[in-house]
Amino acid sequence: MADQSTADQPIVSLNNVGKAYGPVVSLQDVSLEIGSNEIVGLIGDNGAGKSTLIKIMTGVETPTTGEVFIRGERVDFSNYSVQRAHELRIETVYQTSSLGTKQPLWRNFFVGRPLTNAFGFIKVREQKRISEQIMRETIGFRSAGIDVNTPVGRLSGGERQGVAIGRAMHFDSDLIVLDEPTVALALSEVEKVLNFIRSIKENGRSCIYIEHNIHHVHAVCDRLIVLDRGQLVLDCEAKSMTYTELTEFLRDLHFRGDHDTKVAS
Amino acid sequence: MQGKASPTNSGPGLIRRFFQLDGASIALVFVLLILIFMITAPKAFLGYRVYMSFMATVPPPLIIALGVTLVAVAGEMDLSFPSVVAAASFVFGIMFKQWDVTWIAFLCAIAVGAGMGLVNGLVVTLLGIPSLIATLAMLFLWGGLVTVLSGGIQLAIPDIYGTAMHSIFVGRIGGVFPAQMIWALLISAFIWMLLNRHRFGESLLFIGDNLEVARVVGINATREKIKLFTLSGTLAAMGGVLLTLETTAYFSSQGMGYLLTVIAAVFIGGTSIFGGSGKVVGTVFAAFIVTVIEAGLVASGIQGFWTRFFIGFVFILSVTANAIIEDPDKVPLVRMLRTKMPSR
Ligand SMILES: Nc1ncnc2c1ncn2[C@@H]1O[C@H](COP(=O)(O)OP(=O)(O)OP(=O)(O)O)[C@@H](O)[C@H]1O
Ligand SMILES: [Mg+2]
Repeated sequence: MADQSTADQPIVSLNNVGKAYGPVVSLQDVSLEIGSNEIVGLIGDNGAGKSTLIKIMTGVETPTTGEVFIRGERVDFSNYSVQRAHELRIETVYQTSSLGTKQPLWRNFFVGRPLTNAFGFIKVREQKRISEQIMRETIGFRSAGIDVNTPVGRLSGGERQGVAIGRAMHFDSDLIVLDEPTVALALSEVEKVLNFIRSIKENGRSCIYIEHNIHHVHAVCDRLIVLDRGQLVLDCEAKSMTYTELTEFLRDLHFRGDHDTKVAS
Repeated sequence: MQGKASPTNSGPGLIRRFFQLDGASIALVFVLLILIFMITAPKAFLGYRVYMSFMATVPPPLIIALGVTLVAVAGEMDLSFPSVVAAASFVFGIMFKQWDVTWIAFLCAIAVGAGMGLVNGLVVTLLGIPSLIATLAMLFLWGGLVTVLSGGIQLAIPDIYGTAMHSIFVGRIGGVFPAQMIWALLISAFIWMLLNRHRFGESLLFIGDNLEVARVVGINATREKIKLFTLSGTLAAMGGVLLTLETTAYFSSQGMGYLLTVIAAVFIGGTSIFGGSGKVVGTVFAAFIVTVIEAGLVASGIQGFWTRFFIGFVFILSVTANAIIEDPDKVPLVRMLRTKMPSR
């Protein structure tokens, strides 16, 4: 891997990563790679460890075992954080929404990394101007009555995910991680989100897309990764499996029952 | 001071915009209240003296309330301030009495307040006890400590009158205008900037709005909360010193009288009881409202004991009103009435 050119070097690679919360093992020996300009679908039952996996990639959690490499460089977890992941051009849209609903759009676009002067005071006018730009150009909001001062709580679910994804795209990321962005959305809203995901790829970036709806995953992803009770059980090209084969595989997995991975000895 | 004025509507836009200004509606309530008391107690409220006296007595609780406003924004509470006030007053008073120092005594008093706030912050964040309970415990803990260390004495420091510090902090400008009002306004402006324009304030807003969101966007909630409680302690100490300077005295229950007024000022002012939004200008006006109600009722000939009742009443009324404005569904009574209502 070391002598590969930077172009085909994976953006992120995991090497035998494991994570335990006390006695609960949520990830075990997971190794995978995310290449450039691909949409990777991450599938698995509730509690399979999907959110845990991406939290490790994006600096929210520290793994108990294993290594993570970003563009070939080993991540030092004593020094890894959400900010550091941002610097390494990894952006995340979290399952339980990454937006403060009482806060206006212009704060939500920049939260965690506001544009400030030397004394830490926020350049409100500049943030508003750029937010306006993201809204019009990246997200394509045309909804009347929505502007940069609107609190996020007043937006529809699909619009909120649009804001979160637009934010991720604005910050010049190579990899955007989406954790169940369509959860609790109406069908028309889901379509908006799927279009956002397609535009991520058109922009030359990569995306990890976590989703329970197999139909959506199969429709937009290049590659599929399946987690089952903390373990990686499938990693293949999306085209190599039809939709029916995939659902059958997942159903078999579900009924195959226990492999003893849940509790550490 | 635009908090979140949004030019969404154009029709009655001006009126709408006015009410979206930070603290506009509470300012209106304040003016109405003054007008009412001008009718019911014209003798007091038509002269300028009563207003000068408000501006002398309101700054200490106002400054404390500014700190508590920020704490409430982060979805936390700080009930320990009466004891911080007592501690700061005692430190200031005893140092002045013993060694005749003013500025050193001032710095020590502020440092003591900051230190107590820091400990509060550590207790809340490291022990994970809800701040309402933790700071209630700290109220007793610090209060007991101050009483023990002071031996329960009272201090009179009439000699402070005439020192440079006294004139700078609580002198009367032009012989009438209380200097502490200027300081209170300066601190208010600073806190407004901190909340609405500084990244620290933004962190507090997101922490109070949704702690998990704050975490995933990379805000270090523990560190910010420790800073927050330290700031709250510092402001309480500032309030305590101003109070001691104005009254030229210290006694251990000095801050206790502020418990209701400060908390009432914060939430009457429109700061959300659920966290995630705060109105500094609202707090400023509400701090006056609480004092004006007290004085106005007494001047109108209503028995003194009733004032507490009325403040409590106004408190619960305005907090409910603010909650309804924020989200009607969070008020069960409103929700019940709504579902019972036939939908025409
Ligand atoms: N902070 C935590 N403390 C303890 N256990 C946790 C924590 N976070 C996750 N877990 C456990 O780790 C396992 C994997 O959780 P995770 O959130 O990664 O699942 P998921 O695949 O994202 O599920 P879902 O589809 O429901 O979102 C679960 O058993 C969960 O209970
Ligand atoms: Mg999850």
